[in-house]
Amino acid sequence: MTDPLSWGAIFLAMAVRFTPVWIALVVTFALSITFKRRLALYGKLFDSPVGMIGFAIVMFWVFTAFFADMIITHDPLGQLSGLKNAVPGSPLKNPEDASYLYYLLGGDHLARDVFSRMVMGARRVLTIAPAATLFAFMVGISLGLPAGYFGGKFDTILSFVANLVLAFPVILLFYLLVTPEIRDTGIPIYLAAVLFLFPILFLCVLWNSRYFTNKPRRNLYVGITLVIGLWAYSGLAFNLDPLGVWSMEPNLLNVLVSVVFVNAPTVFRIVRGIVLDLKARDYVAAGQTRGEGPWYIMLWEILPNARGPLIVDFCLRIGYTTILLGTLGFFGLGVSPESPDWGSTIDDGRKLLSIFPHPALAPALALMSLVLGLNLLADGLREESMKD
Amino acid sequence: MLKFVARRSGVMVLTAIALTFIVFFLTNLPPNLEKLARTEGSVRMTDDQVTSWIEENGHGGSVFGRYAQWLGVAPGWLRTDEKGVTRGRCIDDGVVAETAPRYCGVLQGDWGFSTFAKEPVSNFLGEKLAATGWLMLAVMLVMVPTSLIMGILSGMREGSRTDRVLSAGAIASTATPEYVSGVVLVAAFASATTGLSPILKDWGWISGNTLFLGTATSASDGITFWNFALPVITIALYGIGYIARMTRASMTEVMTQQYIRTARLKGVSFRQVVIRHALRNALIAPFTVIMLQFPWLLNGVVIVETLFNYKGFGWTLVQAAGNNDIELLLGCSVVAVLVVLVTQLISDIGYVFLNPRIRLA
Repeated sequence: MTDPLSWGAIFLAMAVRFTPVWIALVVTFALSITFKRRLALYGKLFDSPVGMIGFAIVMFWVFTAFFADMIITHDPLGQLSGLKNAVPGSPLKNPEDASYLYYLLGGDHLARDVFSRMVMGARRVLTIAPAATLFAFMVGISLGLPAGYFGGKFDTILSFVANLVLAFPVILLFYLLVTPEIRDTGIPIYLAAVLFLFPILFLCVLWNSRYFTNKPRRNLYVGITLVIGLWAYSGLAFNLDPLGVWSMEPNLLNVLVSVVFVNAPTVFRIVRGIVLDLKARDYVAAGQTRGEGPWYIMLWEILPNARGPLIVDFCLRIGYTTILLGTLGFFGLGVSPESPDWGSTIDDGRKLLSIFPHPALAPALALMSLVLGLNLLADGLREESMKD
Repeated sequence: MLKFVARRSGVMVLTAIALTFIVFFLTNLPPNLEKLARTEGSVRMTDDQVTSWIEENGHGGSVFGRYAQWLGVAPGWLRTDEKGVTRGRCIDDGVVAETAPRYCGVLQGDWGFSTFAKEPVSNFLGEKLAATGWLMLAVMLVMVPTSLIMGILSGMREGSRTDRVLSAGAIASTATPEYVSGVVLVAAFASATTGLSPILKDWGWISGNTLFLGTATSASDGITFWNFALPVITIALYGIGYIARMTRASMTEVMTQQYIRTARLKGVSFRQVVIRHALRNALIAPFTVIMLQFPWLLNGVVIVETLFNYKGFGWTLVQAAGNNDIELLLGCSVVAVLVVLVTQLISDIGYVFLNPRIRLA
């Protein structure tokens, strides 16, 4: 029977477990700083200390998610006897149970390792949040560009619908959209069918407008997009992928769809605002005089010029999505009860919060640091992109 | 101005109708009604019995018709069974079918009966709203002055050390959602094993086990600093950063204006310039932001009331959703939607009033 670790030893042991992350971080930073003059906006990020700190925190979690299998000390779902609500640094009761002899951040109410669950949670959060944000951006951009550019009835209706969704208190919407009953009616699948169509549409229009004069090339790109896109689409939205590569649990689909649904209207409004501003510029008028089509102007003239604010908002929005996912987990909505994602872990831990705070505290601080990193990164990017 | 208010209100009513319809549709989906039938009728009902229960209790027919009844623009349903007893939407216990009103919806003030609380929704919800009102009031009293002062101090001299420190604090606070700050605050101040409380107890400074109470349940009987501070700070913290950053942005913009330089060159002291000249113009934008924070506060309220077990509006919403209490959930949604829309309206109109540069024809 060994003694529990002191706090210093715990931090040291955790730092050792994170070795792959440190190596990856050092390599990333060394390469980026060496070649920063050739890396456009990304390179300029390394001129701003705030941006660098933010980037470091975000990349820390990204690498943690990537190397999670190497970092964890125990099975995140495994329960070891005698370690229920164990304090951080507790040694295992039976050393032969596992190869690693300590619960670094203690055990939760089911005697699972808090540290391993936190690390595995990073993987979960960092796959869903960026994916949901990306989908929301695809939807927002595909609708916001024409709404701002053409205006008229189309714009009025879409803006009204966007405001409608925005006027919903988010939590109420989640309670309505992420329930087992809703899953029975198939509404999430219909929503997914609509929302997931946008990325494919977006890419097809993108290629078509660019290579309109070069038919073979256009057919090749549009064809590839359609084959891969529809293949993924059938698997993700309807779970009908013939090869079984793309699939998503119904829980996860429901969560993803609702988060995209909540985020898309805001993106729509931002894109629409930018387009309204940019469409009065000379280069748009020049494009129109050259006889360029409206979609070419929107996608290849206006969109690249709107990238600054959009990239900044993308970072902020991943953070916001992370918070939303945490909220869903906190209310036990949608996600499976065993899931190690941070929101559900906080929810599990809060019942015994005032006696054993550590099971809830670890994921809470992890979530906070990730969102903080994303906010700082967005701040740094904003500062640097404004210098252009 | 009048035309603007009228048009704005028209859009608002349209939005309210659309939103309540969506909520009505989503809460009255067939699976929800089946669940309701099984909890209200009997768990062992066959599928046919469930269908007839739904039909007999006025949940059949088109969703539009039922929505109109719920709203109070269509007459409530009536059904006479074999024994000649007439039952209907508007016929409560102790009301004779002949004298019962024909219309009884939200517009008539009849919000239905809560299956969870076993009392009319309007009574139950009113009580809970009052509890949340106190919470909101306290949050506003903490959040608005703190964030405005933070924003003004950091926007006053852009790039100064005060600015850097306060801005960092603001970013950190926007990165901390309520369920995180709540957990951290409880661990730090209301846990008998970690944080500050054990130390203070060792020193003999506090008589109880913890400095603050980890739950706010007792606040329903009487609000004290010790049971209310943590929930209030938890909600306020998330909003402070956002409002402070908006105030800072608006303040820095005002401070670069010509008239500020003129005032400085005239020899007015920096203090006077800030208080007399800059402040009034700098506070227009934050006003809108503060009003638009209300919907966001609603989220915070739901999380915090769940976390601290304070029985208010947010707690009611969670219970209604968890117990498939359709009428109560609808009531909550109406309140939530109204709060959002009314604050939007106030912020729009207030903005026009406050900003002399905007003139509406």
